[in-house]
Parts: sequence; structure tokens; C-alpha cells
Amino acid sequence: MANRTQGFWQSKVAYQVAFVVLVLLAWFSSTEWLAVSPLLLPDPLGVLLRLVQLLRSLEWLEPLGVTAAEVVSAFALSSILGIALSFVLSRSAWVVKTFDPLLNGINAVPAILFFPLFALLFGLGEGSKIALGFTISFFPIVINTTAAFGRVESIHLKAATCMGASKWQMLRHVLFPSAIPMILSGLRMGLTLAFLSVLGGETIASFNGLGHQIAESSQAMDAELMYAWIVFVIAVSFTLNTALTMLERIGGRAA
Amino acid sequence: MSPVPFLAKAGHRVLVRLVFVASLLLLWECAARFWVDPMFLSPPSRVFGHLDVLLARPGVLEAYGELLAELLIAFVVSVALGLLLGLAVGLVKSTRERMMPIVLLLYGTPQITILPIVMLAAGVGFGSKVIFGITHGVFPVLLSVSSSLQKVRPIYHVSARAFGATPWQKFRYILLPCMLPSFFSSLRLSMIACLLGVLLAELFASTKGIGFFTRQFTDTFDSTSLFGLISVAVVLAITLNASLAWMQARWAKRQWT
Repeated sequence: MANRTQGFWQSKVAYQVAFVVLVLLAWFSSTEWLAVSPLLLPDPLGVLLRLVQLLRSLEWLEPLGVTAAEVVSAFALSSILGIALSFVLSRSAWVVKTFDPLLNGINAVPAILFFPLFALLFGLGEGSKIALGFTISFFPIVINTTAAFGRVESIHLKAATCMGASKWQMLRHVLFPSAIPMILSGLRMGLTLAFLSVLGGETIASFNGLGHQIAESSQAMDAELMYAWIVFVIAVSFTLNTALTMLERIGGRAA
Repeated sequence: MSPVPFLAKAGHRVLVRLVFVASLLLLWECAARFWVDPMFLSPPSRVFGHLDVLLARPGVLEAYGELLAELLIAFVVSVALGLLLGLAVGLVKSTRERMMPIVLLLYGTPQITILPIVMLAAGVGFGSKVIFGITHGVFPVLLSVSSSLQKVRPIYHVSARAFGATPWQKFRYILLPCMLPSFFSSLRLSMIACLLGVLLAELFASTKGIGFFTRQFTDTFDSTSLFGLISVAVVLAITLNASLAWMQARWAKRQWT
């Protein structure tokens, strides 16, 4: 954690920056002085040039839009359905106890296995990625949200019931406010998983999207372009992570 | 409290679960028979009836064997590497403060982006799957080992010093017992992560593994074989996970001091 009294050079970010610089130096020197195949490890300056070209040409807009749309659809489905299901499940301790092992069991199955099925059922376009993103992000959201609802103080629930709260009022005024930090961390995990699985699906088989660009440039043996796309995708994922961390902090404070 | 009084006993929960799974299977069966084109969805009765034909197909059993071998090697290497790196990062406070940000930086990078590079570097065969599995499996062990070393209560360090413990004794009687429970649970996470990595690499490109057959069955719209192939893999994954959970529970109960 960045400590203000320590200053930047002893902070967490400083070590990360130093590490990235070291990797870049190692990369540069190995392409310069070692005989590494440029197909495997192209010249970093060439990659930088291609990256600048790529950013300028705005060719990244469309794939980014496709990926974003897939992630948002998958996440919208899994969060809405997930929270709804958790709400229904968590109304009875008996139901939670009965279905918890099933949920955890399903969650242990690597859902990437179903990707070929989704590709068959929904085609190689957006449908199969949304289905994959949904399947992978749904269960962590359900498990976290159910646990979050389960930890609500029972005295609050009793009080609300005594005062004649309707189901909706119970959800809106009692369950949500006290469960929100844990729900948020489940949602965050879900969104990250949806992003990663959409990327994975696109890399494996697709027509468009960020993952597709990496896979396509690798198949075209255009290593410089592939590395440029990889750098771009990693930057997108770090931006997403940082934004989520900030949102989670804001959301946690607001609740 | 059960909503239905006669289902209140714990044994009845299992029954409800079974009924639930059975009704899902029934739903699948109906969907496949009446609503969806059989080219895309095959009913479970046909899928499971067809399993013997599928497994007798040349190469299918070998593909499962290859998957398990890739998984096993990736898992063993991940655990060894994760343990080693976790100790290296976690044992000394000053190195931990320097190295942890770097570990977290690497952990935050989506591994899928480097899958094509791994394929180019290690080929389409066995090696690339193992390597890609390791890139997933090493983190759970590494993170759990280093963070559990961090959580050792300071009073233990103080009393170890007071009683004049040697570095080995300190490791054996203080750090190790603190580390083991979370290490065991990280084993299961590492196995799941390795499996994910291996499967991603298989599905991306494969010449004779599971990925080869999924692609073949998808391309020929052989949904019966595809569902069968995947069902067996799902059962394998659940079995692996359940057996590791069982071992974890047993090891966690043992006294390690």
C-alpha cells in the first residue's frame, strides 16, 4: 500500500513500475543481442510502433465495442438472475442448506468445457461468448449473494416482519443495505470472470472482439501486431480492474 | 425450517437434491426431443447410451489420458513452484513488501492474452498445455503461502526468540502449522485453475487431445458425441475436486505440531 510518509519510490507502484521497466529492458536486450526468433519475440520498438499505429487508426474501437457488449450482456444476465435467485434461495435456511452443495458442486466444474456446446448452439458470434460469460460468472455471484443475505442480522429481519414489511420492502430496506459490501465483491468477481471468459471464448473461436484480434494476428504470424494487441488488452484489463476497485470503494462507502 | 414439514430431516435434503438433478435431466431430455434441432442438442438418454461407442473410438480414451497427464504435471509443477516462490516471497518481511506488488501485477494480467505466445513457443502439443496450466495453477499456492506467512501472530515470533528457537525449529513449529490449512485449501484451487488453463489451451489448438475431438464433433454437428465427451470430462472434474476436498478435510484435521 502506498504510504504517504514513505514517498513514491518505496511504494507498491514503484516496484511494479521497476518490474515492468526491467521486463522491457530484458525484452529489448534479448531481441537485440540474442538470436531469438522475431516470430516469437519481435523487436519492442517495432511493437511500440504498431501499437501507436493501431491506436491512431482507431481499429481497436470495434473489437473493444464487441467485447464490451458481450461482457455487459453476460454480466447483466448473471447479476440480475443471480441476485434474484439468491433472494429466493435465502428466504429459507432449509433451501440454502439443500442447494448449497449443488451450487458449489456446479461451481467446481470448469465451465469452459461447455464452450464447444455453446459454439454449437449459439454459433461463433456474440451468443456463445455471452453464454460462456454468463455461465462462468453466475455461480460465484449466487454463492456470494446468498451468503451475504444469510449474514443479515436476524433481529433486523424480525423487526421488519413485525412492522409488516412487504417482500420488496424487505429486500430494498433491510437485506440490500446490510448485505451490499459482500454482494458488491461478488459482483466484482463476476464481472472480472465474465470479462476473462469472454476474452477466452473470443481467443478460442470467434469472428470479432479483442481475443479474436490476438488469435488472428498470431495465426497470420504477424508477431508485432499480436504483441501490440496483447499490450492493448492487458491495458484494458488493468483499467477495468482499477475502475472496479474504485467503484467498489465508493459503493461500500455509500451503503 | 423446512417449508414442507415431512422434509425436515437431513436425509431428505439428499432426496430433494436428487429430485432436482433428475428434473433437470428430464428438462434436458424434453428440450432435446421436442424443441431443439437434434443437430445442436442431443437428449441425455441418447448421449449416455452412446458413451460406449464414443469411448471405443480410436484416440478418445488416449485424449482423456493426455488431459489427465497434462493436468497432473501442471499441478505438481504449480504446487512445487508456488510453494517455493511463496516461501521466497513470504518468509522475509522486506522481500515480501518488494515482491508482493509484482506478484499481484502478474496475477492481475489475464493469462489468456499470452496463450498464442505459449503456443508459438512450445508448440501445439503436450508442453504448451502444461505451461499454460502452470500459469494458472501457480498463483493460488503462491498467494496462500505468502499471505499465511504474513498472518503469523507476532507473539509467536517473540516467544520463539525468547526460547531460542533455531531457524529450522521456527519454521517447523511456528510457520509450517500456520501455513498448512490454507496451503491445503489452495491445493484444490490450484487444481481447478490448472484444469482451466489446460482446457483453454486444449480448446485453442490441439492435434489429438480433447480439444481436437470437441472441434471435430462441433464441425460435424455430432451433438451426441460432443455432449458425451464433455459429460465424461465434467464427471472427471467433479471427481477430482471432490477427492481433493476430502483429502483437504482429512489433512486439516491432523495435528501438525
